[in-house]
Order: sequence, then C-alpha cells, then structure tokens
Amino acid sequence: MNLLNYTLRIADSSLISAQRLSEWCSKGPTLEEDIALSNISLDLFGQANGFLEYASEIDGSKSADDFAFKRNEREFYNLKITEQENGHFGDTIARLFFCSAFNFLFYTELSKSKDETLSALAAKSLKEVKYHLKHSKSWMIRLGDGTEESKLKIQESLNSIWQFTGEFFEMDKIDIEISDSGIGVNNTSLKEEWNKIVNDTLDQAKLTRPEDMYMQTGSKKGLHTECLGHLLSEMQYLPRAYPDAKW
Amino acid sequence: MQNGNTNKIWELLNTVPDPEIPAISVVELGVIRNVIFQENSFIISITPTYSGCPAVKAFQDDIKICLKENGIENFELKIVYSPAWTTDWMAEETKEKLRKYGISPPSEKAICPQCNSKSTTLVSEFGATACKSFHKCNDCLEPFEHFKCI
Ligand SMILES: [Zn+2]
Repeated sequence: MNLLNYTLRIADSSLISAQRLSEWCSKGPTLEEDIALSNISLDLFGQANGFLEYASEIDGSKSADDFAFKRNEREFYNLKITEQENGHFGDTIARLFFCSAFNFLFYTELSKSKDETLSALAAKSLKEVKYHLKHSKSWMIRLGDGTEESKLKIQESLNSIWQFTGEFFEMDKIDIEISDSGIGVNNTSLKEEWNKIVNDTLDQAKLTRPEDMYMQTGSKKGLHTECLGHLLSEMQYLPRAYPDAKW
Repeated sequence: MQNGNTNKIWELLNTVPDPEIPAISVVELGVIRNVIFQENSFIISITPTYSGCPAVKAFQDDIKICLKENGIENFELKIVYSPAWTTDWMAEETKEKLRKYGISPPSEKAICPQCNSKSTTLVSEFGATACKSFHKCNDCLEPFEHFKCI
C-alpha cells in the first residue's frame, strides 16, 4: 500500500505543477515564452500520466483518470509549492526553478530505483526536467541581473515562495520505508546538491538567498493551502459534471 | 489472421508518417522499439519521444488504421518507457530527410538547414513542439527549428 502512496506523491506533484503552468497557455509574456511554458506543462502532464498509470496498476481497481479526477483535496499528496498561484511571470519562474532543481536531483536518484517501472519513468522524466531547469535558471539570471525593477520583483518572488521549499527534503515513515528498501529516494540527501544549484544560480543572478524561516509542511498528509481547492475545481470540473463523458 | 511475419509489419509501419513531421516515418523516428509475434498476435512496443508528446496518441491511431487497412487485426500496441527514447537512434539518412524538410537535425550545434551555416543563435529552448528548439541563422537570417538532442 505504501508503494501506491509513494507513487501518487510523485504523480500528484507533476500533475498539479502541470495544471498550474497550463494556465499560462495563451497568456505568456511573449510568444516564445508562452510556447515554452506550455511545453513544460505538457512534459509534466505526460510524466504525471506515467506515474498515475503505474498507481492504477498497483491499485488494481482505479484508473489513472479516477486518480486525477475523482479524488478530493485531502487525498492529494503534491508538494504545496506546486499548487501555488502563478502570480506574475517572475513568481512562476522562481517556483519553476526551485521545483526543477529538486526534480532534476530527485529523478537522477529515482532512476537507480530497484523498482523497474519507477526507474524507467524517472529516467524518461530526467531528460525533460534538465531542460526545465536550464530554462528557468536562465530566466532567474536574466531577471535578477536585469533591470532595477526586474531584480526587485524576482527577489520578492524568491522571498515569498521560499517557505515552501522545505517540503522537498522531508522524510516521513513512508519515505523512509520505501527509500530503505532501495525503491525510493532519500530526500534529505538531496539538500546539499540543491543548495549548490540554488546558491550558484543566485550568485550569477546577483540575488540574495532568503534567510532561514518557518517552512510550510503537511502535503504528505494531504494538508494543503487554499490554492489547491480552486485548482481542482477547475481541473476536475468536466469529469465531475459529466461523469462518464468520453473524448 | 496473419501469420507471424514481423518483417511485413515493419514494412507497413515504415509507411506511417510522424504526424508532426510527415517527412519521416514512425520507424525512422525510432519510437517503434520492437515487434514480436506471440500467441497469434503481433505485439508492437512503442516508446514516447517526450512523456507528454500529443503525437503519441495520434500515431497509435494511425498505426491501427494502417494495419487494419492491410488486413491485419491480430495486433496489440504496448507503451514502454525503458530504455528512454533518444535522438541517438536516428539514422544518418533520417537526419538528411529532416534537413531537407527544413528542420536542423539533432547535433551538438544547430546548423542552418537552409544554407548550412554554423553561425546560428538560439531564440528559445522550446519550439513549436517539445522535441525542437527555435533558432535564427546569422548568415541567411532565416528562422529555423532544431531537433534537440536528448
Ligand atoms: Zn542560414
């Protein structure tokens, strides 16, 4: 049962990130960026689909769509950072950068998993996430080392999203069990490398790393910020309004 | 029902174009990983280029139509993720087809498909599809797409 929960955590973070980013489609600041954010969103939807299909296989009765569309807020295990609102472009870039840096390290480790499906999905996702990191990092540098206004705004974006970065490295009972069995990742061990990527990027961007502060927690237990409910009501609207609708 | 001639299946699959880059077939793209004949059925293993590539659904449908039109009903399509798709699987002839079609084939550096210039500028990491980036030629000034190496 814990493998199901573990797989859903990965799937949910991808799914919710994808849904949130897709809100940029047709609203990007430039055509190129609109296409870039939409493509990143599509990658994340694809990754979510792979993990949800695997969750469905483990579960044996629910389909991938059931998991995506028929669970309530408290039954989602995505990291809180993924559900945060897009805000302005800088807010989205800061969120995407922190998540991509974590995903890059996480999938690098998960691709060594003893579970063949998880390792295959991780290896696939890793290739895509590398581009997400490259893209968001270059924007961090451009905005931080840009105009006075862009620097001010991206610094504020960093400061306000920072409280959600602590969850990346948490380990609860399920994480420990799955990690000890050689299937899952020891999140805590990723912190040093993540800090390196972040510090190096912030240096290049001439930005200041936020001070240590209170860190948000709770998503592993299905506790979320108010942003998730609104996102789900949009994402789940159609299958809930027309339960057996087919494409 | 067809007998277990997998060569025939490969031949037919090679006539199914990539829905987004019709100059090359799904076989040339490298997404068909394996065809085996098992318990009176052809099992065709497909790997996606990118996890969220919308073309995957489209070419699965195209493959089904092509095989059925050729009288083959006993087949099954299976999605596999490992090993992950890579542009390394693309043959030199396929790369040449892409170049002629106007897409800079996968390589370290994006080369202009129009004038072969190596002096090009990256405009965006993401082109019209996830598998391509967007560039500009500094010599002939034409914009072009480059198939990313993954
Ligand atoms: Zn040129």
